[in-house]
Amino acid sequence: LCRECKRLTILNSELFTLTYGALVTQLCKDYENDEEVNKQLDKMGYNIGVRLIEDFLARSSVGRCQDFRETADVIAKVAFKMYLGITPSVTNWSPAGDEFSLILESNPLVDFVELPDNHSTLVYSNLLCGVLRGALEMVQMAVDVKFAQDSLRGDNVTEIRMKFIKRIEENLPAGDE
Amino acid sequence: MADDVLFEFLHMEMVSHIYKEQASRGEMDKDRATCVSALEGMGFRVGQGLIERFTKDSPSFKDDLDIMKFICKDFWINVFRKQIDNLRTNHQGTYVLQDNKFSLLTQLSSGKQYLEEAPKYLAYSCGLVRGALSNLGMDCVVTAEVSPMPSCKFQVVIQKI
Repeated sequence: LCRECKRLTILNSELFTLTYGALVTQLCKDYENDEEVNKQLDKMGYNIGVRLIEDFLARSSVGRCQDFRETADVIAKVAFKMYLGITPSVTNWSPAGDEFSLILESNPLVDFVELPDNHSTLVYSNLLCGVLRGALEMVQMAVDVKFAQDSLRGDNVTEIRMKFIKRIEENLPAGDE
Repeated sequence: MADDVLFEFLHMEMVSHIYKEQASRGEMDKDRATCVSALEGMGFRVGQGLIERFTKDSPSFKDDLDIMKFICKDFWINVFRKQIDNLRTNHQGTYVLQDNKFSLLTQLSSGKQYLEEAPKYLAYSCGLVRGALSNLGMDCVVTAEVSPMPSCKFQVVIQKI
């Protein structure tokens, strides 16, 4: 890429991360404590996830996943790559196969971010948990998603832990033929 | 990479969140202005940040018109995925940038139905433009109006010192 084009590319991918940063800053102003901000980020992420799934399915044309392992692979290798340009690794499966970790060597959301001292319990990237939860709910999976490690808080990597709770039955409208 | 879609989803949710929160806290009239200024303020800081990284080692611009052309082309392409369709100026510090298919409005229905809602979806972008121009040495006021959906006009008025 010529130098001009490269600079233009940088500009574009920073729009999301800078916007996200401005949002977190605003939430920290609006809410009194980190827990509340974490909750709001999760809620907003959920609202995004329930709509993002349609965009994802349209772009990726992946079929229905046969099992949770396949879901994990699709999330890591297709979804994360498509939207965030990274491919986390899938590891630490529970023996029952209902829980796994996504390990992110780098987290694009935190590119220019440092947590100030008085926000030690802020889960900066919590939006991601909500997005994953909302998206999977739309494909009939109830999951629990949370950060197990966070590079912003001093861990070496960022680890998202995903646990399958149960299958959601599809609700047919009353009186459907 | 589809990160421009991520920004659009995030933007819609941000607008929705800010208005929901203000609605649950009190009177609507006063809060509408607060919502707009919160969104505009966020956009302003991001606009400053974006421009800073882009023009770090660029040659400086010849004049205000040169800057506005940059905003209409390079900046708009990178932020809103297309160029400005029409730029007009009175050569006395006022510029009107017309985008016939503004990317943050296309998700809303076309036509008159959501006309009243549209300003919410323009506040952040006005801030982006104002922030970008501010870092390029142009202090201005940026407003926007829908005309009609999904077309909109951004008006930039340079503030005399």
